[in-house]
Amino acid sequence: MAEVLLKAQDLTKNFGGLYAVDSVCLELMKGEVHAILGPNGAGKSTLVNLLSGDIMATSGSVMFEGQELTKLPSYKISHCGIGRSFQKTNIFPKLTCFENVWLAAQSRQKTSMRFFRPARKMADVKELTMTSLKRCGLEARAETVASSMSYGEQRQLEIGMMLATQPRLLLMDEPMAGMGKEESEMLVGLIKELAQDYTLLLIEHDMDAVFAVADRLTVMVNGRVLETGTPEQIKSSQQVQEAYLGSEGGF
Amino acid sequence: MDLATILIQLLNSVQYGLLLFLISSGLTLVFGIMGVINLAHGAMYMIGAYLAYAFVEWTGSLGVAILLGIPVMLIVGIVIERFLIDSLYSRDHLFQVLLTFGLILILNDIQSILWGNDTHGVPIPDMLNGSISLTDNMSYPVYRLAVSVVCLALAIGMYWVIQKTRLGMTIRAGASNREMVESLGINVRTLFTIIFAAGVALAGLGGILSAPLSSVYPGMGDNVLIICLVVVVIGGIGSIKGAFWGAMMIGLVSTFGPVLIPSLSSVMVYLVMALVLLVKPRGLFA
Amino acid sequence: MYNTPRPISLLLGFLLCVLAFYPLYGDLVFGSKASFFMSKLTTIVIFAILAMSLDLLVGITGLVSMGHALFFGLAGYVLALASPEYEAASIWYILPLVLLCCAALGAVVAFLTIKTSGIYFIMVTLAFGQMGFYFFNDAEFSGGSDGMYIMLKPDVSLGGIQLLNLDEKQTLYYLSLACMVFVYMVLRMILRSAFGQVLIGIHANEHRVKAIGYNTANYKIVSFVIAATLAGLAGFLAASQYGFVNPSQMGWHTSGYALMMVIMGGAGTIFGPAIGAFVFEILHYVFESFTDHWLMLMGAVMICVVLFLPNGIGGALLSLVQKKETTGEKNDG
Repeated sequence: MAEVLLKAQDLTKNFGGLYAVDSVCLELMKGEVHAILGPNGAGKSTLVNLLSGDIMATSGSVMFEGQELTKLPSYKISHCGIGRSFQKTNIFPKLTCFENVWLAAQSRQKTSMRFFRPARKMADVKELTMTSLKRCGLEARAETVASSMSYGEQRQLEIGMMLATQPRLLLMDEPMAGMGKEESEMLVGLIKELAQDYTLLLIEHDMDAVFAVADRLTVMVNGRVLETGTPEQIKSSQQVQEAYLGSEGGF
Repeated sequence: MDLATILIQLLNSVQYGLLLFLISSGLTLVFGIMGVINLAHGAMYMIGAYLAYAFVEWTGSLGVAILLGIPVMLIVGIVIERFLIDSLYSRDHLFQVLLTFGLILILNDIQSILWGNDTHGVPIPDMLNGSISLTDNMSYPVYRLAVSVVCLALAIGMYWVIQKTRLGMTIRAGASNREMVESLGINVRTLFTIIFAAGVALAGLGGILSAPLSSVYPGMGDNVLIICLVVVVIGGIGSIKGAFWGAMMIGLVSTFGPVLIPSLSSVMVYLVMALVLLVKPRGLFA
Repeated sequence: MYNTPRPISLLLGFLLCVLAFYPLYGDLVFGSKASFFMSKLTTIVIFAILAMSLDLLVGITGLVSMGHALFFGLAGYVLALASPEYEAASIWYILPLVLLCCAALGAVVAFLTIKTSGIYFIMVTLAFGQMGFYFFNDAEFSGGSDGMYIMLKPDVSLGGIQLLNLDEKQTLYYLSLACMVFVYMVLRMILRSAFGQVLIGIHANEHRVKAIGYNTANYKIVSFVIAATLAGLAGFLAASQYGFVNPSQMGWHTSGYALMMVIMGGAGTIFGPAIGAFVFEILHYVFESFTDHWLMLMGAVMICVVLFLPNGIGGALLSLVQKKETTGEKNDG
């Protein structure tokens, strides 16, 4: 059995009486691609936000590489080695592609409280920026202003920024949302490539894409985990069929 | 301090608090619903006070001044909203700050052109120009009580409108979700004009009512604006309930502060604000 | 976007020369008024420093402060209070002390306000500015609303030899001009540095900056402290020039004017707010010379800038130059 990279225990988020995430337990194995499925409002995005520290859990705990993450803010979690991309494109629209990724890469410096030296002279940041751009396939677009790029490219940029923070676990919240067919296929290819080097937690609606890339799946309904297993197990699960897949017409 | 003094100070602070609430509620409504910060709110208060002075000079009656002053303030509000504020809704708060700051400078000069730079007094209406004796040698002016009653009635009225009427429902919905209001088929444009004009009228009424209490002088709006901002920040921007309790708190602090710690009297309200911010960065009722 | 386009650099260089050579041609052009205008220019240059320091907050970091004059006025009070009564204070201890006080108060205000954002930040900084105003307005030790006099200007000497005599108008003029250039350079340097990159990111999308691993609150606090310190430098020069300090120098009207200079000149361009200070003060002078109600006209100008020139003069210049560049490229190709 592979080693556990991240372990969430009884993770709960209560929004004024509404349990968006309710006692969720989740184990991510090192090197796997783990997808989370569930209808709208199942609490998938909230779960990702809890893991990334964008919101604080009401109760429960998160361990990552043996370190407690539960009450840490997002910037600290980023430094622990967890990167995330957002469901709604979340970039710096007025900066170029290079500048976007640069800022992410620069965050790996010990400190950015440096006032005297021009930032662009930091060779190691530049190198990291270029590798990340290459990795997400935007090398040729480095000098393009982000807001003028296509939607698909902006999604790629989002991934590039995440990679530049040198994470070991990637949390990807619907990376293919709103993409055309061709763009989606390209992104599935990219995710498969990333899967060779990173552990991935993926939220995705596109079933074909999910079954094409995921090693294991977790199905969530109403903030709770219904079942976790391999794609085959999930496909054949009676419970999942009834609660979720059946209702939406299944596969 | 003996009991009677404390009682009088308490009455004073409640009266001041209620008046502050009246003025601040307009500021917080306009922000909460329209997302607009109106720095000229204090200038509206000043215009109200000068209107009271002008109308009382002319007709001799504060009641008439109120009846004439409110429509004038509403018109001022409608004109400003339609011609200036309207272009700012989708823009950064920074521009609202600058535009309304420019408006202050203009209104201050208009005041000085129309009424000069002297301080004026407005007489208390004869009917209310007495006092009620509390003890043998302590009494309380009737006019202050009357102002408190009017403010309290307006506070209750506002609560009723916001909680129970269709307009209030739209207002509450608008505060949280603009698209939803539009989907209800309500004209947000008109709603915004109404709200802004109402906010201006509330500030103006505050000015009219305080004219007999505080005299009328140039720049009187500035201090009121800052105190109202403190009230709104303490209560939580956009919250009427917050404005009420914020105003009460400031009323108490600014009446009892000078008595208890004279050396810090003028900065006391700001210290209270700093304290609230430390504990609740978004205000008490946000 | 961090490099000033060449035509603008040339224009700025030219304007700076116009200022630097003023003492040579001032008498010829303005005759007996030349000396008066030199004082006026000194004041404007000092406001330019204040406006540029505010641009670090408003234009670069995206923090709209309506209380920036607090530090401008505080500097004057520290200078007045810490100067010995019957002799000039040595600049070597008084200037660092002034700047340190401004930085310290900046840190306190920043610490209390930085968790708020948007409109809240505007209101809270305004309220803190007024807190300072009332504190000095009501305090007896600082002369109440009359303020305080600085009888003797700070002494700039080394080893008993006087290097600069700040009582001379021209010396103070050149000192202010040098400080303006210095502050401009400092801000350009900060903008290009790793720190500046983070500030630009915070302005554009703070949430994202946090997500990629920056503790944004710390960066905002440091930015606020730097801006407060530079505003303190402006306040020090202003108090040295006027020879007095009063509460209205830290009142919110002063903050509002500074903000106006920033927007009029072009927020985020650094050089723009300096130009804004010149335009604002020249308009002020012109209006004042023919009407008592000049504030009304300033108000009208403010409203017009908000409605018709939201990117300011600097923004307009930049887009003009960029348009020329792109059409130029097209013509080349």
